[in-house]
Amino acid sequence: MLWQLDLVILTLVVATAIGAVAIKDLLGSAILFGAYSFMMCLLWAIMGAVDVAFTEASVGAGASTVFFVAAVFRTTRRTKD
Amino acid sequence: MKFLGIIVVVITGALLVYTTGDFPSWSDPASPASTHVSPHYIEKGMHETAAPNIVTAVLADYRGFDTLFETTVVFCAGVVCFFLLRIPGRSPFTECQYRHKATGITVRVKHDRKMSGSFGEFERIDTLWTPHDLIIQTACRILIPFIQLFALYVIAHGHHSPGGGFQGGVILGASIILLAISHDLRTALDRLGEKAHAILCSVGVLLYAGTGALCMVLGLNFLDYGALARILHVDPVMARSHGILVVEVGVGLAVMAALIWIYSNVSSRGNYDEGL
Repeated sequence: MLWQLDLVILTLVVATAIGAVAIKDLLGSAILFGAYSFMMCLLWAIMGAVDVAFTEASVGAGASTVFFVAAVFRTTRRTKD
Repeated sequence: MKFLGIIVVVITGALLVYTTGDFPSWSDPASPASTHVSPHYIEKGMHETAAPNIVTAVLADYRGFDTLFETTVVFCAGVVCFFLLRIPGRSPFTECQYRHKATGITVRVKHDRKMSGSFGEFERIDTLWTPHDLIIQTACRILIPFIQLFALYVIAHGHHSPGGGFQGGVILGASIILLAISHDLRTALDRLGEKAHAILCSVGVLLYAGTGALCMVLGLNFLDYGALARILHVDPVMARSHGILVVEVGVGLAVMAALIWIYSNVSSRGNYDEGL
């Protein structure tokens, strides 16, 4: 696989991971976490682990983002710390 | 305290990065995993289980115990969400909102004279968040059957292509959650009620564990699907293939129901009335 593509995706993984932890807005954090999951899914697919990529895409990027958004909707949107 | 946390995280991260150096490099043919178990799966998996997708064969047959307890973990997550969040009894909202379908006029009704369900020309709407978007609702209504069909394909075709019970179950659950998001929670609960969540979730785990127990009753080890050959009247290799399918259906049911169960409890704060 192209190493440039790998590098771009890896950079995005690190950037979204740090962003998801650092951001104060919890809804934004949930969406960044979904983006992180999708980047991980691309990484699995590049490495040839198609089954893992499929699971990551459906569970990580799909279902858990919905759960986070539902939880944010029912609690608070800003973090206290 | 925050500073201390950062130091701990940095040290742990540095240790983890340091120890990755001892791992065999990626796709190294001389690594222990590639010399010990993997050749057996790659060379004999097809002959032993008749499942061309090795990942499915390993997941549901060779490592069946792992998958059984993963399914149990999903089941436990659903049950725990139910016990922690579910509030039985009446809705805490003191007044409900209804919308006249033809004109879009909204009326508020006090709780003690509540209209039951959708009331002729009026439909119940959520108080906090009431989107009235025809395009989204119609698009989702058209899309959902195809999503569900794809999920069934993913479950049934797990032997031959990427996919299987977990992925198909998640997609099935997501299709119902899409219905709940695009319309409202009550529409989704009309289609698949609370009792159905609990029953389907348990039935999925029971189907998996029951298949294993049936193999034991028929004289072989727990989850050794070759024993099913006597009931299914096929040779033991095909019996293992069919056993994988039965188990995948169980996983799919459990995961789908657990997903919807958790979502309904979280999004409605446990009262199953007004959800996201």
